[in-house]
Formats: sequence, C-alpha cells, structure tokens
Amino acid sequence: MYDFSALYEATSVQNAVELMQAHPSAVLIAGGSDVLIKMREGKLAGAELISIYKLDELREVTMDPDGTLRIGPMTSFSHATKSQLVQQHIPVLGESADTAGGPQLRNIGTLGGNICNGVTSADTASTQVAYDAMLEITGPAGMRKISIHDFYKGVGKVDLQPGELLTAILIPKESYKNCYGYYLKYAMRNAMDIATIGCSVNVVLSADKKTIERMRISYGVAGPVPMRARSAEAAVNGQPVSEATIELIGNAVLNDVNPRTSWRASAEFRKQIISETARRGLRAAVERAGGVF
Amino acid sequence: MEKKLVKCNINGKDVETYVDVRASLTDMLRNDYRLTSVKKGCEVGECGACNVIIDGECYNSCIYLAVWAEGKRIQTLESLLGPNGELSDIQQAFVDEAAVQCGFCTPGFIMTAVEVLETGKEYTRDELRKRLSGHLCRCTGYENILNAVEKTMKKRLGKA
Repeated sequence: MYDFSALYEATSVQNAVELMQAHPSAVLIAGGSDVLIKMREGKLAGAELISIYKLDELREVTMDPDGTLRIGPMTSFSHATKSQLVQQHIPVLGESADTAGGPQLRNIGTLGGNICNGVTSADTASTQVAYDAMLEITGPAGMRKISIHDFYKGVGKVDLQPGELLTAILIPKESYKNCYGYYLKYAMRNAMDIATIGCSVNVVLSADKKTIERMRISYGVAGPVPMRARSAEAAVNGQPVSEATIELIGNAVLNDVNPRTSWRASAEFRKQIISETARRGLRAAVERAGGVF
Repeated sequence: MEKKLVKCNINGKDVETYVDVRASLTDMLRNDYRLTSVKKGCEVGECGACNVIIDGECYNSCIYLAVWAEGKRIQTLESLLGPNGELSDIQQAFVDEAAVQCGFCTPGFIMTAVEVLETGKEYTRDELRKRLSGHLCRCTGYENILNAVEKTMKKRLGKA
C-alpha cells in the first residue's frame, strides 16, 4: 500500500487541469518512477495524487506539418528509443533514454517526467536542452509555449504554475536538421545508476565536412539544473574539424560549469569527466556527421 | 479507503476485483490473486523481483498502481507452466544451468527473459546482459542466469 490520501485519475488533459485546480496541493503522477519512490521514502506521505497515466494521447511521437518533432511527454524512455521518428531525426534522444535506469524503468519512466522533476542528472534532459526543445504547457488559461531553457528554475523547480501540465516536447526542424548528436553518461555502474556526469553534444558541419558550423553541448550534474556550456559553444563554432578543436573544447567547457562535491563524486573529479566527455562527445558527434579527423 | 473495480486479463483469464486505490500491482497480484511468484523485494523499482509483463513489456509491479492495470493484459511466471505443471523451456534452462539458488529473483528474471525471447531476435552476450540488467541476484553471480537465457535463445532460434 502506498501512503497517499486520495487518487484522482484524469480522463483528458482538460480534466487533469480541472483536477489540479480543484485539488491545488495534489501531486501529479505520470509513470510514477519518481513520485511512488518518494512516497515509499515517506517524503510525500499523505499527499493526494492526480494520475495522468491513462492519457494515451500524450504518448505519441508525431511530426507537425512544419517539420517540428512533437513528442508526447508521456512517451516512455523505451518507446522514445524505439520510435521511428526519433531514430530518423534525433537518434541521440533515444540513445540517451536508453541509458536511464534499467529495462523495466525505461518502460514506465517518461520523457516529460524526466524534465518536470527538475533533476539535473536526468539522462534525456541534457539532450532536450542541447536541442533547444520547446515545451507546450497547458493550464487553466489555455496553452503556452516556452523554451526548455526558461523552464528550469532551480533544483527540483520548473516553470509549471498551479493547474498546469506539460503537454508536448517540441524539437524544431532547424534544431535537428543536418544535426548529429552523441550522449555520454558517466556513472559507477553500467545499469541502474544515476549519472555522475551526463553530456550531450551535437554538431552541424559545413557542406565540405571540414568546419563545425554549429555545436551545442549540454550537461547534467555540472550545475543545479541541466545546462548548456555557452562559452564553449561560441569558442568551437566556426572552428575546423581538427584535434586542436577537440583540445579546445575540453578546456573551454570548464569556464561554463559549476559542479559540486557530493557523495557520488568530488567537484574536481566531475570537472575531469566534464572535460573528457566534451572531447569524446564532440569527436563522436563530428564523426557521425561525416567529419574526419 | 476508496476501493475501485479493476478489470484486467491475468495469465489469459479475464478477471475483476475491487482494490484499494493505494495498492501497488504487486499487492493486487499477491493478495487478491495469490500469484506469489511476484516477489516483494526492494519495493522501489531497483531489484526486479516483482517484475511482470504488461501488454508485452516488463514492469516492476511494485511501482505500478493496481488501478492502472485496468484493461491491461498481465503475465506472471505462473502463466508459463503447462497444464500438468510442466516447466517451460526457459524455466527448465534455469534449473539445468544452476541459475537458481535461493530463488527469490528467479520469477522476475524469467519474465524479463520471456520478453527478450519473445522478440525472436538473437542477442549478443553483452546485449543480453543489458536487457537483464534490471534485476539483482545476490546468489548466482549472474553468469548461470545469462547462460540459461542464452541457451534458450539459441535453442528457440534453432542454433543449438
């Protein structure tokens, strides 16, 4: 038995909004792999839950007419990995999803939950941040669209107002077109572990594959929320595909990050992994894009 | 506490029962249906002892609300037995390979193995290791479990 005081099962997005308005202190539960575990720890004891688990309309991955990839926030990690559209346009998202937890967790955990919990170590979050995902949020006042960069407010805090829920994760065409990404997770175990550092890199190369036209790099656990290394991006954009550029990024990312010491790893160790994952990630992304060192 | 009617299909049979909305699927399967192959281990989705197949995919039933089972097809280890209690190939392989010691993790492992085997694909040892990584076993050291799954996979594909 779980220690909650009531369970309201939403029958539609609109109904979920109404339930959240009627029960303002209730906690939204999607797949439950965060909420139910917190509840077992006693952290949410006695809370009311609003379940959106049955909202299958939020589980699809589709393509908008303008080429925007529309990912239902209830899409499980494993379904994201298996999705044809994801494999075709943003395979790194499916690959990062495939590193979270273990197989059973990947069947229940959702991409929306992975960002709505506001956790920095979330394996798909750094890739969503690295691709400048746009988020569609539905609430009592209707729908609004914000950038994922404005969504994160602090540890465990995201820009969801009372009565609001995430209803789509959008990857714009200009973000994934000709873009090749790579995700590296550093953890103590190969499975069932939380990232010590997660690093998602993607590049667009020039037509002759000799210059990096656009590079984006994002980290999990390098700061309180998933973050981009903007100065490193600026330093690498326009640079040739070369060993010197690989060296450059390894040093440049350290100006952007702010890892902390925890029982998992010291800040110094994390900085070393941050440099190394930047180098390896950029190399792998460039190679996927057809670049040759 | 509020009770709710949950209709689902368990091991091929349409069933329904009123469950406490606070119950996990593990609670419902064990207490209401006496399917005690579904073990209570960590109860936080880490050990895999409570693993069952829902609509063809594996889930840790300890972190799955019983009411979510409405309309789902659920498969537990009990479904693998033949009409006279015969073991299935994968269960026999666990016996033959000494992949069972205390047995507590076994039903969960076998249900993941069933999901893997039913894809009908051939996996490398490393791929199998990854697919079975959601389970903890404190007795066997995993090698015999991997052997059992690998051998059954090869047998089913006609390669052993």
